[in-house]
Amino acid sequence: MTPDTVTMHVWRGDATGGDFVDFDIDRRDGEVVLDVIHRIQATRANDLAVRWNCKAGKCGSCSAEINGRPRLMCMTRMSALPTDQPVTVGPIQTFPVIRDLVTDVSFNYEMAKRVPAFTPRPRPPDGVYRLHQREVERVQEFRKCIECFLCQDVCHVIRDHEENKAVFAGPRFFIRYAELEMHPLDVGDRLPLLREEMGLAYCNITKCCTEVCPEHIHITDNAIIPLKERVVSSYLDPVTRLGNRIRRGRRPVSGGPAL
Amino acid sequence: MVAAAPGHRGGADRLRGLRHLVGVHPHGYYAGHVGNDYRDYLSPLYSPCLTDHCDNGVTWQLVGWWPFSAAILMLPFPLLFRVTCYYYRKAYYRSFWLAPPACAVPDAHRRYTGEARFPLILQNVHRYAFYLAVPFPIILLWEAIRGLRFGGGWGFGLGGLILFVNAILLFAYTWGCHAGRHVCGGHLDAFSQGPVRYWVWKRMSWLNVHHMGFAWVSLIWVAWTDGYIRLVAAGVFHDPRFL
Repeated sequence: MTPDTVTMHVWRGDATGGDFVDFDIDRRDGEVVLDVIHRIQATRANDLAVRWNCKAGKCGSCSAEINGRPRLMCMTRMSALPTDQPVTVGPIQTFPVIRDLVTDVSFNYEMAKRVPAFTPRPRPPDGVYRLHQREVERVQEFRKCIECFLCQDVCHVIRDHEENKAVFAGPRFFIRYAELEMHPLDVGDRLPLLREEMGLAYCNITKCCTEVCPEHIHITDNAIIPLKERVVSSYLDPVTRLGNRIRRGRRPVSGGPAL
Repeated sequence: MVAAAPGHRGGADRLRGLRHLVGVHPHGYYAGHVGNDYRDYLSPLYSPCLTDHCDNGVTWQLVGWWPFSAAILMLPFPLLFRVTCYYYRKAYYRSFWLAPPACAVPDAHRRYTGEARFPLILQNVHRYAFYLAVPFPIILLWEAIRGLRFGGGWGFGLGGLILFVNAILLFAYTWGCHAGRHVCGGHLDAFSQGPVRYWVWKRMSWLNVHHMGFAWVSLIWVAWTDGYIRLVAAGVFHDPRFL
């Protein structure tokens, strides 16, 4: 490695195994990691598998682990990485490798199928739903998700414990549940599902998902913890449960009433 | 800033001060007599003082028979609030429980069930800890106002300023609580049904963004406030007066 070159330490292999391979390549101004991977693919390893699409941080395709940190390759500038050591690029580790930097993220699509759909309340007599901007703002944050699955990748609940994939939806889907649960028009109650099958309580709020989110969604503070508090209201808080019992007969509020 | 008033202390006072300093005194402590003024700066660790140990004229001596430190009666409540706080949970799960030690670093446990089972399911008492913690900043603000009394009149010293900042920081930490944010407005799906709750939720949300910062600053400031009053009470130096 000279001042004009950089050593890219890129994982090559498939489901049966693999290893990191070094590529010394020219350093060019203004490049992101994905540019360098593409140059390696074009000039040194034509069969290098990499998933990408928009190159603008909006499609969520090029997720990888760069120097051990889950990031989008297209949003990671080479100039932001240490220049005196190789740049390590590996596949996201939570999901099985298909080939090189491409992983099988179908776990997420299976989890997506299990999210109960938006269930709007009946239309008012004039047939027009009305929403205040302040009610919409909260759930709009969650709509920014680009489904890069970096939050799923970094979440230790499934990253380090494969067996938990059967009982844990993961941060990406908790923001989807939060979006629906907090929607002012939705009348569905997904809290039993979150508690009993989606493993909300497995999250120990270490905020790694929030740290790696390229859209800067406050996953833990604005989605997971509010959902946990709603579950507490519905199941664990005796005072709120008593209140619910007294109020029985009124339309259940998905978030549970205040104390 | 007015120079420190000359103080006078007897040997017994100094001995008492030494006991304060080494932290074995079972009583709450105050900055003592300075000049002709009586300054009752009560350490936040002992507030509210419900025993008869504090001899500050406060009539809240509900458990005068209590033989131990007044702090033992009060500290469990803010301690429970901090131990179950979502921010502190993140910090100690990472630092001590190593689940995980850092992001994308393998955690140290073969099996993992998070907060789904006993004993960690008990972390969900946090909202009750919030209810218990809410009065403390108000009481500390009252103690700070009491700290403005000097003899027969009013004044303002460095200790008073420290007590006011302490109450404000604890208010900011307490009201930035995630559980409080939920019960005060976050539980609503339609904010238009509760404009006051929405207003409170918005303000709490701003505090919540800075929850970690307020958690640390308020914790350090409580220790600093306690240390300052401990030193003034011990006669190590006099409390400078501004007014």
